[in-house]
Amino acid sequence: MANAAPRSFQEIILRLQSYWAQKGCAVLQPYDMEVGAGTFHPATTLRALGSKSWAAAYVQPSRRPTDGRYGDNPNRLQHYYQYQVLIKPSPPDLQELYLGSLEAIGIDNTLHDIRFVEDDWESPTLGAWGLGWEVWCDGMEVSQFTYFQQVGGHDCSPVSGELTYGLERLAMYVLGVDHVMDMPFNDPDAPIPLTYGDVFRQTEQEYSRWNFDQADVETLLRHFEDAEAECGRILAAADTDDAGRRIVMAHPAYDQCIKASHTFNLLDARGVISVTERQAYIGRVRALAKACADAYLTTEAAGGAEA
Amino acid sequence: MPDLLLELFSEEIPARMQDAAAADLKRLVTNGMVDRGLTYAHAEAFATPRRLVLAVEGLADGSPGVNEERKGPRVGAPEKALEGFLRSTGLTKDQLEVREVKGAEVYFAVTQKPGRSAEEIVAEVVDHVVRNFPWPKSMRWGAGTLRWVRPLHSILCILSDESERRVVGLEIDGIKAGSITRGHRFMAPDAFSVSSFEDYQVKLARAKVKLSATERQDAIWHDATQLAFAQGLEVVEDRGLLREVAGLVEWPVVLLGKIEERFLDLPPEVLQTSMKEHQKFLSVREPESKKIVAYIVVANRETADAGATILDGNARVLAARLSDAVFFWENDLRTPLEDMTSKLDSVTFQRDLGSLASRIDRIAALAGDLSPAVGADADLAVRAARLAKADLSSEMVYEFPELQGVMGRYYSARAGEDPAVAAAAAEHYSPLGPSDQVPTAPVSVAVALAEKIDVLAGFWTIDEKPTGSKDPFALRRAALGVIRLILENNVRLRLSEVFAGHGPRCDAAVNDAERVFDVEKAADLLGFFADRLKVYLRDEGIRHDVIDACFALGGQDDLVPLVARVRALQEFLGTDDAPNLLAGYRRAVNILEREEKNDGIEYSLDPDINFAETDSEKALFAALDRADADLRPALAAEDYAAAMTALSALRGPIDAFFEDTKVNADSPTVRRNRLCLLNRVRRVMNQVAVFSSLDG
Repeated sequence: MANAAPRSFQEIILRLQSYWAQKGCAVLQPYDMEVGAGTFHPATTLRALGSKSWAAAYVQPSRRPTDGRYGDNPNRLQHYYQYQVLIKPSPPDLQELYLGSLEAIGIDNTLHDIRFVEDDWESPTLGAWGLGWEVWCDGMEVSQFTYFQQVGGHDCSPVSGELTYGLERLAMYVLGVDHVMDMPFNDPDAPIPLTYGDVFRQTEQEYSRWNFDQADVETLLRHFEDAEAECGRILAAADTDDAGRRIVMAHPAYDQCIKASHTFNLLDARGVISVTERQAYIGRVRALAKACADAYLTTEAAGGAEA
Repeated sequence: MPDLLLELFSEEIPARMQDAAAADLKRLVTNGMVDRGLTYAHAEAFATPRRLVLAVEGLADGSPGVNEERKGPRVGAPEKALEGFLRSTGLTKDQLEVREVKGAEVYFAVTQKPGRSAEEIVAEVVDHVVRNFPWPKSMRWGAGTLRWVRPLHSILCILSDESERRVVGLEIDGIKAGSITRGHRFMAPDAFSVSSFEDYQVKLARAKVKLSATERQDAIWHDATQLAFAQGLEVVEDRGLLREVAGLVEWPVVLLGKIEERFLDLPPEVLQTSMKEHQKFLSVREPESKKIVAYIVVANRETADAGATILDGNARVLAARLSDAVFFWENDLRTPLEDMTSKLDSVTFQRDLGSLASRIDRIAALAGDLSPAVGADADLAVRAARLAKADLSSEMVYEFPELQGVMGRYYSARAGEDPAVAAAAAEHYSPLGPSDQVPTAPVSVAVALAEKIDVLAGFWTIDEKPTGSKDPFALRRAALGVIRLILENNVRLRLSEVFAGHGPRCDAAVNDAERVFDVEKAADLLGFFADRLKVYLRDEGIRHDVIDACFALGGQDDLVPLVARVRALQEFLGTDDAPNLLAGYRRAVNILEREEKNDGIEYSLDPDINFAETDSEKALFAALDRADADLRPALAAEDYAAAMTALSALRGPIDAFFEDTKVNADSPTVRRNRLCLLNRVRRVMNQVAVFSSLDG
């Protein structure tokens, strides 16, 4: 039997948190940088590499500057939330675990039509791909379900199972709301009830203007170059520090890769990247991601030094 | 005679791969068994989203034993050779046979290979097939190494006959074969055991799984048409979508939903595309008006509320999608066509060929050039060419690229453009394939021809021709399109002249002195058309050498008479006169060429009847005069059937000539005259086709 219907956006998040905590995942906090999707969190990208087992779940605020609509569009936002689960090696009952999470947020599978529809995932900027599905609930895409095959150009072994829930869309569906800004953020009966619009309408407007019209192109171009250079510099540093300790700085380097990637997205929103340049920029970010993956694989977190 | 049941149970298999996977499973397993000497009576394979199944009936109990013979070294050969032979056969010297081969004594190893049991062979074959299955894309999962399309969970593999059921001893990457399977993911998830294929079918149906894809499709179509009929509506047939939908469900439940009133003004193509692409709904329309007013959802389960929740959810998703479509449609209708076109300035068509806007300029100019030949109003053709691709910058086409052209027609019509201009927007991409319809409206034909000739001349200018299987810009299809547009509309034009007129426009776009559309490239492009024409006419059963014989005449760039000539020649070659006439022609040409070579002279002067001596020689003169006289008007009128008739009249006289006339006469004058007469035979016949290009 499914659980009682949740009443707010945050209740859905809380239920997912507690569900995946019960299933043994480390519930992490969002990564403290601007990313385009939950996959960019090092808890996914880097942890999917190497031989060590891993299980984590977290909310990740995600930014897609080109999707900004000044808060007017019923379901398009430049800032939104993803819920991300990564388990390595992927357990044999991952589909059942996933379906359990839908029940936890009130989706009763005896009344709804849940389907796994082929959708292969690829991130050209991360040099990553996997096979899986988009999960449909009554024709609505509610999650992305992927078995990672490669990240940063490296074969994943063991393979991680990744679940990504687009939280706003999922919550709108569960709560029966047609415009994201009308969605109750906290309990509608709380002393101070807040909608998603109360929290985010103004910021959507502000960021839409900045992303599309005001972000300074020269500065962004410089930031991209700086992040790229810094990433290279960090990875070029010797493995041992002055005290003779072996410390490979894979994560600081990867932060610069994330920065370059987001800066590229901002430049894209400003409309200053032509079709041909686009490919070149994506290739540059991918090169950084690969270099970071190479470095990470030599660290202890990855399960020891690889060649 | 046991039966085999094999089920490979996995997470959801992509719908598009299921049919091929079932066929592959059947082929690979049955071939593998037969290769190992295990015969069977009948096999059938099935696929659902979660399982691949093979049922084989009437398996032999095992493979027969076989004697294997291997020839070894000669008796008395060096000891080393014999040792090697013994090692490779695993026998000792006294186990070898000695036989006489061509007078020498030779060692033979004769080993009896015992037969193997069906179970052993099945286990080996299934293991091999699973590990090497030809999935278009496969993956690993967990910590394992096996590859499958999605994680493989269990293998059911049993041999059964009346008396017993045996599980085949088989383990692949930790998955041990058993006799257990599961039903529908949600409606009957419990495991159950089966004892035979019949038992499996019965239990599976009870566990809410329809095993056969065909049955699922039929059930969906039946229920969908019934539901629609009850509402006075009909389902729009879409075989591909039906097949896909049947691959997404194990237990299809068909529901019908109505499209909200506020969306019904959208063009039917938009409704249909949006519902199909995003949600895999079949469209339902009013039989008379053909207006799409409803849709079919195929769910994967029965529910206590008879699908009400499912239908409601799907309706909400559809409403969100169609709201977007209405938004695009209304925005597009507010945008003047000129504004749409001007946005194409910044869209690159191809790096070296400039923007889409400059391509449109070229197409417009060429459509104007072509208008007289296709009978179009030149101003309308130019206008149509200018607007035909405007919709590429529309929001609707950005969202649904497959609606290019279709939207252009709506937008042009709404903007009050001439109906011929609006129609050209939709039709100018056609024909897209060998079976696609060819436009017939003159303005559409002009733009369609211009669109294709421009892409061909453009890519020829920058040396980006198709090679082998690589044709990323679909240039072969473009050339075939030009051929079909010309032939099916009887358009008279000289391709060389069209190329010559259009080349400079491509040169201007490329703007590179090294890469210009020169005479050589024009000739090469015409050759490309000749090749495409051969492929096109091959489907009519026309021989490629017949086309060569006509092309060899030179200057054959007007396709309508060329193809008429080709067809007439092909028909003529099937008549009784043809073999003899051809033999006579070849004999004449062979003699002529041999003597010209020996003498170092060309016998190209007109022969003189005054030097003719034999009756048959004189008769041939007369026949050639008559044929010439008949051919001239026939060819001028492009009446190639009459031309062939005129030629066939030469058969008798040529045969008779060779019967009793010696070409190499003793008199040098008579001989020279006869050689010139043979040359005339060739010249007269070669007006119709270069017969020496024919195979034979």
